[in-house]
Amino acid sequence: MDILVCVKRVPDTAENEISVNGSGTDIERDDLVYSVNEWDNYAVEEAIQIRDKVGGSVTVISVGDSESEEVLRREMAMGADKGILISDGAFEGSDGKGLAVILKTAIEKDKYDLIFTGAQADDGAGQVGGMLAAMLDLPYASLVNFIEVSDDKKIKIGREIAGGQQEIDEIDLPCVLSIQTGINEPRYVGIRGIRKVASVEIPVLGASDLGIDQGLVGSAAAKVSRVDYFMPALGKGAEILEGSIEEKADKLIELLKSKGGIK
Amino acid sequence: MAFQIFTYILHKDGVVDDTAAEMAAAAAKLDPAASVTAIVVGSKTDPVCSSLTASFKEVWKIDNDALAYPNSEVIRGLLANVIPKGSIVLIAHDHFGMDLSPGLSVKLDGAYLPDAVGFEGIEGGKLKAVRQEYSGQVSTHVLCDISGGAVITIRPGSFTALAAGSAGGSVVDKTGDALTSGMPGGKRRFVEVIEAEVGDVDITKSEVLVSIGRGIGEQENIEIVNELAKAMGGDVSCSRPIIDAKWLEKSRQVGTSGKTVKPKVYMALGISGSFQHLGGIKGSPFMVAVNKNPKAPIFQVADIGVVEDLIEFVPMLTEKINEMK
Ligand SMILES: Cc1cc2nc3c(=O)[nH]c(=O)nc-3n(C[C@H](O)[C@H](O)[C@H](O)COP(=O)(O)OP(=O)(O)OC[C@H]3O[C@@H](n4cnc5c(N)ncnc54)[C@H](O)[C@@H]3O)c2cc1C
Repeated sequence: MDILVCVKRVPDTAENEISVNGSGTDIERDDLVYSVNEWDNYAVEEAIQIRDKVGGSVTVISVGDSESEEVLRREMAMGADKGILISDGAFEGSDGKGLAVILKTAIEKDKYDLIFTGAQADDGAGQVGGMLAAMLDLPYASLVNFIEVSDDKKIKIGREIAGGQQEIDEIDLPCVLSIQTGINEPRYVGIRGIRKVASVEIPVLGASDLGIDQGLVGSAAAKVSRVDYFMPALGKGAEILEGSIEEKADKLIELLKSKGGIK
Repeated sequence: MAFQIFTYILHKDGVVDDTAAEMAAAAAKLDPAASVTAIVVGSKTDPVCSSLTASFKEVWKIDNDALAYPNSEVIRGLLANVIPKGSIVLIAHDHFGMDLSPGLSVKLDGAYLPDAVGFEGIEGGKLKAVRQEYSGQVSTHVLCDISGGAVITIRPGSFTALAAGSAGGSVVDKTGDALTSGMPGGKRRFVEVIEAEVGDVDITKSEVLVSIGRGIGEQENIEIVNELAKAMGGDVSCSRPIIDAKWLEKSRQVGTSGKTVKPKVYMALGISGSFQHLGGIKGSPFMVAVNKNPKAPIFQVADIGVVEDLIEFVPMLTEKINEMK
């Protein structure tokens, strides 16, 4: 089974407090810690487990700037066989469709039985996998939290639906799946693992290498574009307890008592 | 120019989902002059369709026994057969909408705007919308060129439902048009739905929930929360990363893909406040958030906020409660 996993380098929200910069044009990027998108990491782990069971290969691919190489290397340290970086100034400002076009062009250069994306990334859009499938005319399933490879024509999958229920489907190969967290337990990657793949060459492909129709990508083709960032104001806002940590605990206990929170 | 807007209706067991009235509100906000058509796909949908005629001028029905379970691979093909290019299609951003919509926007050759939480008007063919990124830590304004049509998913709960009016709408049967070339989407076949596991504690019945998120840091720290829950007479629940790490049973997860809870008091400890988590909390409980990040989105929805490291704060709180008792 030859498996391709699309991965993205993102600010690690578990490590960072994300805030807006002074002019609202971007998030504050100084001191941000980056890592691989959490959902993509589960997708790579799943691909590796399938390959180890039935044979084949795992390729990780990323569209991004030169720094995205580090996440490809990290996923190769996990066990992916090959990395491909797609990078070109002409891709800047692409919307979801533009990204899907870029990936589609790269995917058509090879043959894959399974194509994975994460269920979503830092922008919460969850769009590239579904678009890619439609452009490649392949079947698609999102939020996949279970995969059983039965034969080389079709596989059995589970999708996460509402309220902890799971939808079981059968899907023909090749197909595109977006992978949900919790499908497996991604292995730990240590410094030593990363060192091992430090000198493996990762090819970098640009628009002309891929032969991409430049009218379909980049900011000029984008139908969706971000104007600015701002801090959300959803509700009325909590009353923030002030004082020392002890005083906060005392105040909270009084409030909890009055609301029936201490039985 | 007025837009032709379609809204995809979610329904189950003959009952229209709450999001239908929210989609109607979103459509009205997008373009008050637009004609809005509801689309119902399923099997034995007549009761659903007729109940929608109070809210929509036109209700399109695509009805067939093979459509009893909503398989989005099938439905995408059907919709692409009947929805004219250039239309705007509104769909709820849930597990079904996420499955259906990105590909539908490719089929209809329109823009795709995912998970919108607000609309702020149209200028020169471009819709200004509000989205969130980084699990709700920041918001963005985006411009979406809808002049050539668009598929837009709407976050459930972000538009206030329109009360059913007296639209006096009519039902149009589109089944024939949708199925002109047979049933599409045969490459993904629905097999079954597996029900959620039943756990040792039913958190949907708890009056006091002490809920933990990724901020708990390590599995062994859960003990301090167990003790707080015991002191308060409540139960422990959690956000999704705790389940993904297999630190607690799936039946303890609160949220859209977990349980819907209705406690009197909800303690959110080290939980950032993503909409998928908040979507599982109903009945406006008294909510306390403990988080070391003063900008965490949870503080916008909680009643009381404590900006502290929970690893320090929780044991102190437990001790004080136990002393008082
Ligand atoms: C289709 C789909 C369905 C989903 N369904 C659900 C669902 O049902 N339920 C759910 O919960 N999520 C669900 N999610 C995931 C959701 O998007 C978020 O990723 C998740 O809710 C985040 O959990 P969290 O708040 O615990 O973690 P994070 O967002 O990482 O937040 C951790 C918080 O802890 C704080 N913190 C860290 N250390 C400390 C400390 N020592 N003391 C105090 N505070 C600290 C941080 O400041 C941060 O605010 C779903 C996602 C998708 C895509």
